[in-house]
Amino acid sequence: MAIWCADLALDRWRLAEGCARGEGSDAAPLALIAETAHGPRIAAANPAAMAEGVRAHAMLADARALCPALAVRPADPAGDLAFLETLALWAQRWGPWSALDPPDGLIVDTTGAAHLFGGEAMLLADTRAQLRRRGLAARAAIAPTAGAAWALAHYGPEGAILEAGDDLMDRLAALPVAALRLDDDVLLLLRRLGLKRLGDLAGIGREALARRFRNRRSPGANPLVRLDQLLGRVPEPLLPVVAAEQPMVQRRLMEPIRHRPLLDRVLADLAEDMARALEGRGEGARRLEMAAWKVDGDVVVRRLEMAAATRDPAHVCRLFAARLDDLDAGFGIELVRLSAPWTEPLALAQTELDAAAERHGTSLAACMDRLTVRLGAEAVRRPVPRASHLPERAQRWAPPLEPLPGLQEDFAFHERPLKLLDRPEPIAVIYEAPDGLPRLFRWRGGVHEIARAEGPERIAPEWWRERSTVRLRDYYRIEDSTGRRYWIYRHGLAGDGRGGAPEWFLQGLCA
Amino acid sequence: MSRIEASSQIHVLSPPLAAGLRRGAVSRVLSGAKSARWRPGLATGCRHAEVFAPAGEASGVALALALARDALCTDAEDQRPWLWVQDKAALRLSGRPYRPGLPPHLRHRLIHVAAATPEDALFALEEGLRCRDLAFVIGEIASNPRALDFTASRRLSLAAEKHGTALWLVRLDARSDLGSARMRWRVAAATSPPPRWNPQAPGRATWSAELFRAHTFQPGHWTLRDEDTALAAEPAGSGTPDHGDLVRGPGARSLAAG
Repeated sequence: MAIWCADLALDRWRLAEGCARGEGSDAAPLALIAETAHGPRIAAANPAAMAEGVRAHAMLADARALCPALAVRPADPAGDLAFLETLALWAQRWGPWSALDPPDGLIVDTTGAAHLFGGEAMLLADTRAQLRRRGLAARAAIAPTAGAAWALAHYGPEGAILEAGDDLMDRLAALPVAALRLDDDVLLLLRRLGLKRLGDLAGIGREALARRFRNRRSPGANPLVRLDQLLGRVPEPLLPVVAAEQPMVQRRLMEPIRHRPLLDRVLADLAEDMARALEGRGEGARRLEMAAWKVDGDVVVRRLEMAAATRDPAHVCRLFAARLDDLDAGFGIELVRLSAPWTEPLALAQTELDAAAERHGTSLAACMDRLTVRLGAEAVRRPVPRASHLPERAQRWAPPLEPLPGLQEDFAFHERPLKLLDRPEPIAVIYEAPDGLPRLFRWRGGVHEIARAEGPERIAPEWWRERSTVRLRDYYRIEDSTGRRYWIYRHGLAGDGRGGAPEWFLQGLCA
Repeated sequence: MSRIEASSQIHVLSPPLAAGLRRGAVSRVLSGAKSARWRPGLATGCRHAEVFAPAGEASGVALALALARDALCTDAEDQRPWLWVQDKAALRLSGRPYRPGLPPHLRHRLIHVAAATPEDALFALEEGLRCRDLAFVIGEIASNPRALDFTASRRLSLAAEKHGTALWLVRLDARSDLGSARMRWRVAAATSPPPRWNPQAPGRATWSAELFRAHTFQPGHWTLRDEDTALAAEPAGSGTPDHGDLVRGPGARSLAAG
């Protein structure tokens, strides 16, 4: 259902003046004006002024020339919008949700709700009656799509209803193209093209329209998109209005209070109530308003704004205490109310968590999480065995808390070094026979004289997954003349047909 | 006696103590037990020790592991994991832990942290010390990074003492600059005793270790040997060859130096 409050600004003015339509100060020509860069301009004119020839969007000077007796009042677009918002919330009596259609319309989703009012015709009648009772001139229409309802409310017959089964295009073909909610320049363009009715647009074919408006992305500038929305071929998301209830707590006092300590006590109770209310909503207050009603009907308001959302009662009381010093209780205060107009989400926090970790230490999972978050998952790992006899493949790295894979038994190796270099480093050797153990080797610029050695331990390549030219390795566990123990190997054999002379590498550092 | 007095004076000049540690209590321990000599199997109560080692051998970490096993031998049923933190330079210089070569009772409990920078390594060490589910923490940091100054060292000491998790920090190729470790070792590989059945093979891991700074022990110089289940120590120079000027003799330098 679309509702169009055709005369919203003037209706609001009449409500504020307290005069009925065409009576009192509304009987004389009157216009609401808006200040623009080129001087005052008419925003809305009442019927008496319209009869004199005053039109909306005209300059005030031109209108005065036509009607010298024109009375003017300033327009209030912001107030109109705020009024429309409250009206949208109120309009949720007819459907589960409603959306704004600025500047003066509403869209209400009445799907499946019409039978509660006795059918769609009764629903429309109820809408008109309720709005007329409020003093608003409104037109309403019901259609399967928001676009069609809008078109009918603005340009269709009074109280139009489109059933879901109707052929939409057939019923809407007679409406002007302005019913498509297009921008003014597009309307002008269509008028110049000679397209005046929706039926004209449907008649010229989609391809032509798509080509003509191919670079118009916004729906308001592209008639084809608007037409598809009107007919329900593409979805048209609307932003519903949701009522945000502001938390409010109050205390009525049996006896009016006149003394500060009693007021402090009341405020402390209110702050605790407010903390409970906010906690239930998972929010904290950014702004708090305390209003105190006095016996003589006077209201004293004190506002408080916080830098961060909070609901700590002690904090709130402490902040308010400074604001209450100049409060004049007069004959006494009989009602105190605390409300939070501005709230922000504030989750429940466990304040003792860090303190407990500080006292008893963190758990292993928490420690691993902290390390992983800062250093990355690749940096925190544990070695797990893998069924391979190749030294660098005999272990792999797994996440620290992953359960160990089931293995019957670890490979039992003879002696393995404590640490393994990521990449075996080549060493220059001096040997007596190419097959035997070297006497000296040079590694990282230092010369090591081999004093004792054990080996070789021959480790053949894994032929089932490596190429046939991979050479075998002969490992030696050695100790040099100063006692440093290493794990070195000869890569290949002399004359094995897989490359030249064998090279020597240092791979492990023994304890 | 004059050395003891000197040490307590130095202690008075040292930075403020951790909360819960009364200055008087520490001074009493110092003056009463300073004459004790360290020996393997002694419950030192030291939560933060530094081991200075050359980068081209695994002796630093090996001694740290042996000392850890020595200090924690009372609870052999302890199956909590332990943390080994290496910074990138240490990883490049001295390699990665190799599971088949680790002591059997430790190899399945290792959690390894490869930190990119010394700052990250210090962060990981501190987080590890705060964790109640870790048996001990071993750190390996190469040279003297700017991040590892006295303040950082003190942070580690305080965290270790507060949460009771022991830390052995292995410093590869590092000067012994300012640090707050309770025991500071300098270690190098030493010639191992010949095995009984194959005298030509390298024997049990042996290190020449010097305790050059300790709060409660006299400095000393030992040749330590890993005996699988325990640590064997014999005074330096008895039966093992002298390694020139790798380490200096005990007592030859004042406590105020390095």
